[in-house]
Amino acid sequence: MKEEIIIAGFGGQGVLSMGKILAYAALMDGLEVTWMPAYGPEQRGGTANVTVILSDAPISSPVLNSYDTAVILNQQSLDKFEKKIKPGGTLIYDPYSIHHAPTRTDINIYPVDAMEATFQLPSSKAYNMVLLGALLKVRPLLPVEAVMKGLRKTLPERHHHLLPINKEAILKGMELPKI
Amino acid sequence: MKGNEAVAHAAVRYGVDGYFGYPITPQSEILETLEELMPWETTGMVVLQAESEIAAINMVYGGAATGKACMTSSSSPGVSLKQEGISYIAAGQLPALIINCMRGGPGLGTIQPSQADYFQATKGGGHGDYHLIVLAPASVQEMADFVGLGFDLAFKYRNPVMMLADGVVGQMMEKVVLPPFRPRRTDEEIAAQCPWAVTGRPESRKPNILTTLELDPVVMEQNNIRLQQTYSLISANEVRFEEHCTEDCDYLIVAFGCVARICQKAMEEARAEGLKVGILRPITLWPFPTEEVKRLSKQVKSILVVELNAGQMIEDVRLSLDEQVPVHHYGRMGGIVMDPSDVLDAIRNIIEK
Repeated sequence: MKEEIIIAGFGGQGVLSMGKILAYAALMDGLEVTWMPAYGPEQRGGTANVTVILSDAPISSPVLNSYDTAVILNQQSLDKFEKKIKPGGTLIYDPYSIHHAPTRTDINIYPVDAMEATFQLPSSKAYNMVLLGALLKVRPLLPVEAVMKGLRKTLPERHHHLLPINKEAILKGMELPKI
Repeated sequence: MKGNEAVAHAAVRYGVDGYFGYPITPQSEILETLEELMPWETTGMVVLQAESEIAAINMVYGGAATGKACMTSSSSPGVSLKQEGISYIAAGQLPALIINCMRGGPGLGTIQPSQADYFQATKGGGHGDYHLIVLAPASVQEMADFVGLGFDLAFKYRNPVMMLADGVVGQMMEKVVLPPFRPRRTDEEIAAQCPWAVTGRPESRKPNILTTLELDPVVMEQNNIRLQQTYSLISANEVRFEEHCTEDCDYLIVAFGCVARICQKAMEEARAEGLKVGILRPITLWPFPTEEVKRLSKQVKSILVVELNAGQMIEDVRLSLDEQVPVHHYGRMGGIVMDPSDVLDAIRNIIEK
């Protein structure tokens, strides 16, 4: 098993932390992982992306030119990464900030109204968890409980009272993709 | 965890006595993580943000002179500032660990990953005839492991060690097994291990004097000869490298650090096409695995050196050869990182040549 994932959007949307939670969850589930961010000023306001690789064998390159799965949160990222998804791969995107829908026909495309769904949640900060839920529905790489373990590990203890809200967001996200 | 975070954890666990640093991307997490860990409350390790890179390296110099395990870290422009101090530490034959998490240069450059400080790290960097032992980590695990290895080598040879990392291994997260905790050495242990250290002279012994100034050239030449003897010993004993699929390879890639891993994926794809590619990854950049390059050069059709610079390690590869083997270079500069398909294209190019 090997899954090469890119998660991309605006800085501040929780792209890097979504990748981190996924990576920790996979790690605690016994997989090998790499998490490679586009770091620096990109983290604050510009476009942010992170490459996460999950595998049951040691991972060579943490830097990739094509991906099994892309989770895309804005137009710039769609323009950049749609063409880099492997044929037969998966594209999950939030139409909320997309003006030109993806055009490829050789990949599986799932529009997910995560922003709309987040508005109905108690915290708008859980946006990335809604998308993570959608990803886990489309690509059942890990059980939700493993992801909750990853979340518990990455979230500082003073924020642990937010774990139920995050779980609600993940479960909400899992309802969204039309499979 | 990130490579930078792994360095901080490994330093506390190794029993390092002092870290002196100044923040600079992409390695600031080393200082940040140490501040979070607050080792001064557990092991007694000193963690100090100095007023500049130059102050930090001179604090390491002072600490190392007392036999303490001291380290600093920075990124390319900051490491340039440290070069005077590094030369003094080498001249004083003092153990220390310096980490360079390289970013794109020259000048203030960019904060993205690079390997353009290879010359600086392996050919001296500061003034005078000296060498650092240079370790190039390719994973978060090696970022952690090379803290301990670095200090072990530094104390074994009384020579500063540089861990030459880059923005990729510093910033990426992957699985890491941290070394076990060991206590910091006691003053008695330091006195026994480092009889040269300046620790306050008891009446029972002569004063230890550590100086890098020697105005008498006859004595200074002897000092240099002593350094060169140490370097010969290190070259004979401490060459480290890793090989992938070299047994039957027709084409050899030489790459270090994160680039070796990018090349590994390219190699897997090349092998799937029937191209017999192998990789030699120097782990010590100084001493360079000259003999291994020479041995492999006898079996291959050509060599491709892949680096995040305009061609630096390729010079050491060429110096290793005594036969006419074509040596090609593929590099990206200024913070751009090649991806596996770029390397695969470079492999195809050299095969066509």
